[in-house]
Amino acid sequence: MIEYVDTIREIAKKILEEKTVDVIIGFKKGTLPLMTEPILINDAEKTNQLYWDSFCNMNLANYLPKRKEKIGIIAKGCDSRNIAVHIVENQIKREQLYIIGVPCKGMVDRRKIISFLDGKEIQETIESDEDITIKGEGFEHKLKKDDYLQDNCRTCMHRNPVIYNILVGDLVEERKDPDPYDDVKEVEEMGSEEKWGFFSNLVKDCIRCYACRNACPLCYCPTCFVDESDPQWVGKSIDHTDTMTFHILRAYHCAGRCTDCGACQQACPMDINVRNFTRKLNKDVLDLYSCEAGLSIEERPPLDTYRPDDYDKFIR
Amino acid sequence: MSDKIIQKEDLPDFLKSLKKTYEVFAPIKENGFHRFKALKGEENIDLNFTNTRLSPKSLALPQSERIFEFNLDEKSEDGNIVKEAPKDYPPTVIFGIRPCDAKALRVMNVNFDNPEFRDPWWVKRLESLTLIGLGCNEPSSTCFCTSVGSGPFNEEGLDVLLFDLGENFLARTLTDKGEKLLDEAGVNKDADSNIKKRANALKEESEKKINSKVPTDKLKEKKVNDLFDAPFWDDVAFSCINCGTCTFLCPTCWCFDIQDEITKKQGDRIRNWDSCMFPLFTLHASGHNPRSEKVQRVRQRFMHKLKYYGDKYNNGVACVGCGRCVKYCPVNIDIREVFKLMNDI
Repeated sequence: MIEYVDTIREIAKKILEEKTVDVIIGFKKGTLPLMTEPILINDAEKTNQLYWDSFCNMNLANYLPKRKEKIGIIAKGCDSRNIAVHIVENQIKREQLYIIGVPCKGMVDRRKIISFLDGKEIQETIESDEDITIKGEGFEHKLKKDDYLQDNCRTCMHRNPVIYNILVGDLVEERKDPDPYDDVKEVEEMGSEEKWGFFSNLVKDCIRCYACRNACPLCYCPTCFVDESDPQWVGKSIDHTDTMTFHILRAYHCAGRCTDCGACQQACPMDINVRNFTRKLNKDVLDLYSCEAGLSIEERPPLDTYRPDDYDKFIR
Repeated sequence: MSDKIIQKEDLPDFLKSLKKTYEVFAPIKENGFHRFKALKGEENIDLNFTNTRLSPKSLALPQSERIFEFNLDEKSEDGNIVKEAPKDYPPTVIFGIRPCDAKALRVMNVNFDNPEFRDPWWVKRLESLTLIGLGCNEPSSTCFCTSVGSGPFNEEGLDVLLFDLGENFLARTLTDKGEKLLDEAGVNKDADSNIKKRANALKEESEKKINSKVPTDKLKEKKVNDLFDAPFWDDVAFSCINCGTCTFLCPTCWCFDIQDEITKKQGDRIRNWDSCMFPLFTLHASGHNPRSEKVQRVRQRFMHKLKYYGDKYNNGVACVGCGRCVKYCPVNIDIREVFKLMNDI
């Protein structure tokens, strides 16, 4: 992944200089180990700030809605799918975008590494193709990246960008084997009370900061239902009913649109596995409509499609 | 002020004896991170932490608190009368609070208890609290407390400060409350001069470990408008997703919202934490929003902490250098960088 940095900078410089785009949206190196920060660059001379490694975990499609200029955007598989969702949902125009596609081998979950270190602090990290070496006072570990991938990346079936103008490297092999829904099946088998307990327990630490919602490219509503104040729809306290209302309604609003990019889970300051809400819906959409979000810019999302020849009688 | 000794092996008994008089909150590791929880039974407290994920500010300013209640039934005797919600303020100990988090309560106090306003719930809660601080032997690389008027063994706001010396704690009483607490718990063994020396050395050593520094010296003299109109805000704000992580994890962010929640005729008036990152925070009843844009909200947070607070209260900055926002901002907006931008522009 790290080997893409130079190519990303070269492409970005070129398309800014040639005025193919007005701005670039990418990542810069973070101020902390294992962190990156999304950045907007409008000057070809500043493209050396662009960076890429296995910790570019936020979804840059989140920064597109409402933008008017021509944008060069760095996109791994999931980002590109969310860009496609934005295009289909009229949040951005394809012509506005120059997509710099990044074939992705998965993002490394910084929390898994931090938890492995159990309080010890990282001073230096060195990333190579397969490994990441972390050094600190009195320790040095060479970790296999595959062992520390984000959960969503472990089962990702679309590591290559689905739409792009240029690629920064050769396409990577897609996974063929994983069943991404093993754990969803476990929840499906629970009785209703047990299920309620499972989801209640999931949000018990929620502080209603909305990091999950705000990190999500799908959540671009001008006013989110939890922010409606006239009339107010949902209570603002940390009352369990209100917290559950927020999470469940938000998940349903993402049905058929979620690409399982994992940004919600990575953003959560309380380590809540927010994806557990959306993944059952992703599975249902796949089972019922043979559809995965963001694979095409031509097809409408399954839940706002009507076909007179639908095979289900109830809708005809 | 006196220096006593608590043997580590006596810690469970010490906490047990505190529980007779106080509700005791202490750091417990649960689901992967440390949090302050009330000790009810035989929980294992865990002092092997740098900072708890959430600061203990909710013990002074709960995230959601019922402050009034009312009855909308006009036929009822107390119809349409707003009454203070009854509640207890039991004597409470926060055991193991970090010096930065204790200082944070003093930073907040000037807002809630000043000649102009006294917030009754805040005042009563703070009075009910006794803070037993735990100095930081191993500060984190994101700790910058020494730049913002605190330190790993800072005493401000604490009643007792513990120095972890390995096999025992030196317990330094700093207030009458602290003195009384140790007395009640039967902690009466004085520390000898050798132990005191070790504690002071530990403090110095730990202060030296804090490499992360931020400049604050020029913030006061800067003109508000120059900072407000500074050219860097768009860059600082670009990556911000406007979530409430920084404000909710911050030990000094105190902003709140007041909501009425009504079931049938019975109403509760509730005070909830709010966040200047949220558009709703400033939305007027007219529909106008003076901070409708993300960049305005990001600027507000930093201006309030690093400029307006100091200008208004002459009490330093509203940041204690705990590093929580630095560590947990999902997009790595680093307040230390903003200190530099604002101070050195």
